[in-house]
Amino acid sequence: MKQDKIIRVILMTVACTAILGLVVIAVFIFKEGMPIIVRLGGREFFLSADWDPKAGRFGIRSMILGSLMVTGGAMVIGVTFSLGLAVVLTEFSPPLLTRILKPVIELLAGIPSVVYGFVGVVTLVPLIQNHLGGPGLSVLAASIVLGIMVLPTVTSISVDALHAVPRAYREGSIALGATRWQTVHMVLFKAARSGIVAAVILGMGRAIGETMAVIMVSGNTLAAPRGLLEPVRTLTANIALEMGYASGDHRQALFATGVTLFAFIMILNTIALTVSRRQGQGVRAT
Amino acid sequence: MNNLSVRILVLGTLIAVLSAVGGCRREEGGGTINAVGSTSLQPFAELLAQEYEKKNPGWKVDVQGGGSTAGLQAVTDGLAQIGMCSRELTPDEAAKFTPIVIARDGLAIVVNPDNPVRELKIDQIRGLFSGRIRSWKDVGGKDEPVRIITREESSGTRDCFVHLVMGKEKISREALVQESSGAVKELIKGNPAAIGYISLGLVGRELKALIVDGEAPTAANVLAGKYKLARPLLFVTKGEPSPPAKKFIDFVLLPESQKTLEAEGLIRAR
Amino acid sequence: MRLAPVAAERLVVAVLWIMAAITVGVLFFIIAFILAHGLPHVSWGFLTQSPGKMGREGGIFPMIVATALVAGIAVILAAPIGVATAIYLTEYTREGRLTAAIRFGAGCLAGIPSILYGLFGFVFFAITLGLGLCVLSGALALALMVLPTIIRTSEEAIRAVPPAYREVSYGLGSTRWQMVTRVVLRSALPGIVTGIVLSLARCIEETAVVMLTAGSAMRLACSPFDSCRPLSLHFYILSREGISMEKAYATAAVLVIVILVINFFAYWLVHRFIGKAGRHV
Repeated sequence: MKQDKIIRVILMTVACTAILGLVVIAVFIFKEGMPIIVRLGGREFFLSADWDPKAGRFGIRSMILGSLMVTGGAMVIGVTFSLGLAVVLTEFSPPLLTRILKPVIELLAGIPSVVYGFVGVVTLVPLIQNHLGGPGLSVLAASIVLGIMVLPTVTSISVDALHAVPRAYREGSIALGATRWQTVHMVLFKAARSGIVAAVILGMGRAIGETMAVIMVSGNTLAAPRGLLEPVRTLTANIALEMGYASGDHRQALFATGVTLFAFIMILNTIALTVSRRQGQGVRAT
Repeated sequence: MNNLSVRILVLGTLIAVLSAVGGCRREEGGGTINAVGSTSLQPFAELLAQEYEKKNPGWKVDVQGGGSTAGLQAVTDGLAQIGMCSRELTPDEAAKFTPIVIARDGLAIVVNPDNPVRELKIDQIRGLFSGRIRSWKDVGGKDEPVRIITREESSGTRDCFVHLVMGKEKISREALVQESSGAVKELIKGNPAAIGYISLGLVGRELKALIVDGEAPTAANVLAGKYKLARPLLFVTKGEPSPPAKKFIDFVLLPESQKTLEAEGLIRAR
Repeated sequence: MRLAPVAAERLVVAVLWIMAAITVGVLFFIIAFILAHGLPHVSWGFLTQSPGKMGREGGIFPMIVATALVAGIAVILAAPIGVATAIYLTEYTREGRLTAAIRFGAGCLAGIPSILYGLFGFVFFAITLGLGLCVLSGALALALMVLPTIIRTSEEAIRAVPPAYREVSYGLGSTRWQMVTRVVLRSALPGIVTGIVLSLARCIEETAVVMLTAGSAMRLACSPFDSCRPLSLHFYILSREGISMEKAYATAAVLVIVILVINFFAYWLVHRFIGKAGRHV
């Protein structure tokens, strides 16, 4: 029993250190970023579109808009195709094909973001520029690239969620006379909802947080985009482009941008938590 | 996992580690010099760093980018002994740092080779970049909206451009921001309506550099002072350079090193 | 016009198959594009030489070493700490508000943009602790980045082990630690190992963090305090500065292959373990 006590103490120390370390990061980001938000006032920081570090003006509205537009676009593209692929893999494809494709898609989740960005710059941007107009570096380009980047993640989690739905649900639905597609969208989607929502939230988090690929294909203009073919700057690109040399107020403003991103993720995770809790009270899918 | 695969894995890792370590041989009397700053200067500094290391075994010169202002910040923070700066120091900065001119460079205003415009006045360039002049036809080109390409704010190239060309006018908020000269080049190569600015030494044959105020953008014109868009390339230290840093800076100022820089498209310091 | 269910079904299934084909096609295209452009320039010399002329010539050996060092140290630090923390949270504490809060916090930290870890690493490790831009700063920043993920995946894997296993172990007279190591961990190992290996892949592909913390010297790093340039950063610099498109593609090809191999390895590991330990769900 003494050995157990020692081990417990060791584990507790390690765990507390780890948690402490992570708390330090969160505290650090907030400590560096909050003062300037407080000093400028929430309205000036979040609602002003005037980002001019040399003149001391730090309004991130264009960047917030940029991040929202690009993430929204990425989700529309990513989720549609992911769910389509997930449904095909679980419901309509022969088991052998699924067994081969699912791990392959998971493998693709590891491709570096700079590679996606690079392929986007070299293939997608000229395509958009020559056939759709605008400079090519645009909300559309960023949305497509990000949408492709979140595909593997959202697909594999959705596949897991759909697989977890008991066979009885499918069989019951077919027994009642539904076609397979009706089964999918009337029964399975509802039953697997919490898993699918988790997948979408995860994908969204990845899209909002992506930095390198977005810098390469979005154009990074300060002006807010007026359309899908216009260039845009996201919150993450703002931090990456200016951090190396920022000092004083400017550095604090960039940390404050980090705080904004942190807040976004916390909101997303809270939504995920609430949805899963509500799902747990309703239909049980496991 | 079975025994064989474990053994192979361990053996493989050992071999990899040993071969990596084998590549590092510690020499006597050496040290490291850190140079951080302008991405425009970085390739040239790296070239000279390699030659310096060949002639001074045991010494390492680490060259990193990040932008001119980032370089100054790194010197202030103590992360580097030498800051690489591709613009003049501001009066505030001049009070804190010691600059040494190691080369000169022209700032080229570049457009796509398909763009019919060949020369512009400074005021026109200012108008194009500020958004005052929106279409190429207002300066003698095709009827197309102008696509402005600029560098990120920490870039010395950008600071230099703003200082020499823009003056009081600001670069348009609709300008596309790219974080390296290479990216600017690629963008202009692919867009006939684009205009940007890069170091004269990087223009190459794929872009067209404009004649500014009647003077052609050549090294000779920069040296003669005729082509006005020019800047000094600086190695900056906090106060007097430390002895190791000074050795490297002296090396860079040697005639052979200056010839190497000229071969790469820069202009000698004196 | 409402279609009869059977006709609607056929249409929708056709659309779904097309969507699926497009999706898989695009993903394969990206890999094929990189490999087609890059593999012709990858040779044994490329993998073992150092770069010259800013990367225009030569190879990427120092970059491979840099990646191995930075990612390796990061995972060696984060994995034991993360797994130990997960064990403590699940086996040695009672489920309650505190553990739920920690879980939420870890989930948030696992999801924040990686560049924030780069920021933290830059200001804390490089400047405040005085480590400078080096292998160690990069590795520490990466370790912090993957720690929450390792904690969460290990926790989920451990919680998935049926309570019955624990009860049986106690019933046979084991101590808690014996139960944890011989029963719980053995069952949860596939999930834990997958989490660790995927974190390794993430460290290898991460660019924003190392850009701000590891420096970018092209030389072989001989000590943890040397500046280094991992593969992903090298690829980014080569392609953005337009230094050499061939070398850039070749670097990307190496990166892609390394990551595919690691992911494949993780997948193989899991299935080997499941084969040996038997299904436990």
